[in-house]
Amino acid sequence: MADIDHKAELAKAGAFVEGWWGSVFFFIRRYPLGAAGAGIMIVFVLSAVFANFIAPMDPLQTNAAASLESPDSTYILGADKMGRDSFSRIIYGARVSLIVAVSSTLLGGIIGVFLGLMSGYLLGWFDLITQRLIDIMQALPLLVMALVMAASLGPSIENTIIAISIPLVPHAARVVRSSTLSLREMPFIEAARAGGMSELRIAIRHILPNTLAPLIVLFTAQLGSAILVEASLSFLGLGVPEPHPSWGRMLSESAAEYVRSAPWLVIFPGIAISFAVFGTNLLGDALRDMLDPRQRS
Amino acid sequence: MSTYLVRRFFLMILTLIGMSIVIFVMLRLVPGNIADILFDSAGFVDPAAKARLEAELGLDLPIPVQYGHWMGGLLTGDLGISYVSEMPAAEELAPRIPITAKLAGLALLFTVAFGLPLGVISAVRQNTTLDYILRIISLSGLSLPSFWLALLILMAFVRYFDWMPIYTEEPATLWDELLLLSVPAAAVGFRSSALVMRLTRSSMLEVMRQDYIRTARSKGASENAINYHHALKNAVLPVVTIIGIEAAFLIGGLIITETVFNIPGVAHFLVEAILKRDYPIVQNLVMLIAVIVVVVNFAVDLLYAVLDPRIKYAD
Repeated sequence: MADIDHKAELAKAGAFVEGWWGSVFFFIRRYPLGAAGAGIMIVFVLSAVFANFIAPMDPLQTNAAASLESPDSTYILGADKMGRDSFSRIIYGARVSLIVAVSSTLLGGIIGVFLGLMSGYLLGWFDLITQRLIDIMQALPLLVMALVMAASLGPSIENTIIAISIPLVPHAARVVRSSTLSLREMPFIEAARAGGMSELRIAIRHILPNTLAPLIVLFTAQLGSAILVEASLSFLGLGVPEPHPSWGRMLSESAAEYVRSAPWLVIFPGIAISFAVFGTNLLGDALRDMLDPRQRS
Repeated sequence: MSTYLVRRFFLMILTLIGMSIVIFVMLRLVPGNIADILFDSAGFVDPAAKARLEAELGLDLPIPVQYGHWMGGLLTGDLGISYVSEMPAAEELAPRIPITAKLAGLALLFTVAFGLPLGVISAVRQNTTLDYILRIISLSGLSLPSFWLALLILMAFVRYFDWMPIYTEEPATLWDELLLLSVPAAAVGFRSSALVMRLTRSSMLEVMRQDYIRTARSKGASENAINYHHALKNAVLPVVTIIGIEAAFLIGGLIITETVFNIPGVAHFLVEAILKRDYPIVQNLVMLIAVIVVVVNFAVDLLYAVLDPRIKYAD
């Protein structure tokens, strides 16, 4: 395969690209919305990683005197019923949200990629059985599936991750299988086989890397939806358990009652969820435009 | 075509049987059954009384036998007895289904009424300020958690009307009920309408690049005729599929919204039953959802062939 000189190509497209910063500026100019999404994601990841430096208080520290305190100079975003600082809980909530989103996407993604690759490459009975399993897994809406999984596994962070990762499996498997089906007929696969490469090695070294572009797009979209499902499960009391600061959980504690008495407890965690998901969606759209020319708008 | 239909139909039945096994096994993965929970909370355990309860509920039978009983019951319309209320599950579910159906209907109406036209406008005005605004609105529709949107709506109602559109007692007339349900329906429909809007936009843009659109323009057809007569008719096909699938998948959004608005529908009931481990209710409801999704998918496939004569299902 001929090497593509990315710099030259970009320069031809009218971009002034020099070095790493040059490509960053090119991305910002070409995809302003995607760059905004990436910016939101960076803020989100930084607050998750440096939560212990940013948060002014211990997110688990209760204080009866500060129960339902409205936002003031000590409690910037107010305090919940147990007097815990909302701002600190939202910052630490980013950590919970990020851990659940990334690990469930990785877990579901790896199982899905493996099933899709094997099913599209081996075909035969393996493909038949996998396809039926995927049909079954897609017969339930994501949230219902995650709900039943969460109910049967019980509430804990690990089980929430498993519950959210399972509905992702059929999506990833479908995407990988359909690219694999067209790739396996390509001359370069035939060449690899003629060269005496083992089937497993062909599947991993030659087919898998060529399915990456649609997978990256899928995984970015999945991050956003994993954050949403985690929040929904926790909101319903079936996700991340107390005392972990989860954004969805923060909204669940008699939220309908706080709508009247303590609206700040409802507004801020919701803004956090929406921003994180909005960021992944913006970035996902830009990546799709960039990596998947067929869907370019 | 008929071979395809028969094949597709048998696959559908196979999926449903597989689904029922998955649901049944998943609900029994949990350590401890309802008898354990009842007796644990009572604080003491009389093994004889516990064994009697297990026998009464059929929990002492081997899992395959229990599955057989459930399937046999499903086919004869006997859905078992709710562990919590001790009423027949069918009687518990029957009055709740119409409420959820009305809510879903309204949400779908909202989805189509907003998603379709806004998607078309966004495509026709591609890359204008209006397009950017509409795209950001549709992206935020996909980003806002539906329960938070529902809570914000409640907050606005409290602020401006000092009243919450929450289901407290049965509405007197159908009109009252629809009025009450329209607020949660909008909260659910916002997300689906955002999805429909995005899809309509990209489908329209795709069609507007086609040769026959250029032909229409070159023969002097007006922009309106081109957009709404030539482009929309062809662009709407994939949208129909998504609307059909969304109709089945709305239930995911309803679970949350019914909980926030305290609506006594099946979706809210499912969450309660899951929290209380009321298996007969949970397994029947989840099965019902699976049947709806699978049947709707089948129907959409058929509809697609009817709407687009170019599509021929052949083996």
